[in-house]
This record gives sequence, C-alpha cells and structure tokens, in this order.
Amino acid sequence: MMQVVLAVTAVILSLAAGGAIIRIARGPSLLDRVLASDVLLAILGAALCIDMAVNRHMNNLMLVVAISVIGFIGSVTVARFVADRREHPSEP
Amino acid sequence: MLTPDLTSVDGWIDVVSAVFMLVGAIMSLGAAIGLLRFPDLLSRMHAATKPQVLGLFLLLASIGLQMRTWWVWPVLVVAWIFQLLTVPVSAHMVGRAGYRTKHLHRELLTSDELDAVVQKAAAQAAREDGGDDGSTR
Repeated sequence: MMQVVLAVTAVILSLAAGGAIIRIARGPSLLDRVLASDVLLAILGAALCIDMAVNRHMNNLMLVVAISVIGFIGSVTVARFVADRREHPSEP
Repeated sequence: MLTPDLTSVDGWIDVVSAVFMLVGAIMSLGAAIGLLRFPDLLSRMHAATKPQVLGLFLLLASIGLQMRTWWVWPVLVVAWIFQLLTVPVSAHMVGRAGYRTKHLHRELLTSDELDAVVQKAAAQAAREDGGDDGSTR
C-alpha cells in the first residue's frame, strides 16, 4: 500500500510543483514570484517528508528544517528590499 | 500488499499515515491551484500558507506514525514549531511590501484597517513638518 501512496503523492506533488513554476515564470510582480518560490520550497519539503515516511528513515529531517530556513530568509530579504518600478502603480 | 490488514494495530497505523500523506500532498496541489487562479497577491498569499503549516504537520505526523518509536516525536514537533515561528514573519513582510507597493485590488477588500492608520500618520507627519518650518528654523 505504501508504494501506491508513494506513486500517487509523487504525481500530485509534480503537478503542484509545475503550477508553482508556471506562477514563477508568469508572475506579474516580484512578490508573486517570491511567494511562488516559497510554495515550491514547501513542496520540496513535502517530497522529502514523504520519502522519509515511506522508507522509514530520518536522514532528511535536517534538510527539511534547512529548506524552511532558506525560504524564510529569502522571502524576508526580498520583501524588505522590494521597490515599485512600474509605470502606473495603480494597476496591480 | 495493496489491501491493508485492518485486524491489527499496524494496519490501522498504516492506513492513517497513508491518509495523512495524501491529504498533505493535496494541500500542496491546492496551493499551486490557488497561485494560478487567484487574482492578486493577498489572495495568493492565503492559498500559499496551506502546505507550509497544515501540510507539513500532516506529513511530519505520518513520519512519526511510520517510525513506530517515541523518540522521534519531540524532533518532529521542534521542526514544526520552527516552521510555525518563521512562516508568519515572512508572510507579514511579503504582505506589508505588497501593500506598500500597491499590489492589490482595492475593490476586492471588504475592509482596510491599515488605510486609516496610514492616513493618520501621513497627516501627523505633515503637521509636524509645518510646525518645524515655522518655529525652529
């Protein structure tokens, strides 16, 4: 049963990562791209967690914590130094 | 083994952790669909927090159920609490930067509590500037 769950979650997470990458490529503003890359990092962490749960080891746990640290530092830094460079700021 | 053994405790633990893993993966899919379908930054932020908190909780719980030992639970709780501490800070920063650079549809907001504060601070700053120019310099 665990192998079936692994296959189904692999398909679901691949679709989710594809959607996040489409939003990174298309995103109208920088903050949309930051948010979508944060979601992509969360999907990577979810994939690592499912690998740990199916194969019953704990090797990736530090990697999951490191991914959350990277997402935190990256989004805070970009949000701190973002500037408005649009011609007409009223259009979202 | 495609059908789980529902007569033993191990079979039930397998079923529960499999459901947790599926729901946690569907949280990620829901976040991606929300990122693609929602109209502006603030509503996309609403969708993006699903896999970061509840999805990670479900997946860490499935790890704890699959490992069948007690000592892993404090480690998993520490990892989840760390995520709980960092996610609101980054969401706050992104939301504040989005408000200041006006990446939002104002007609979609039901209430804007920050607008009154911003107007008051701007009026106070203008008043203090005017007072300084007349009296001290």
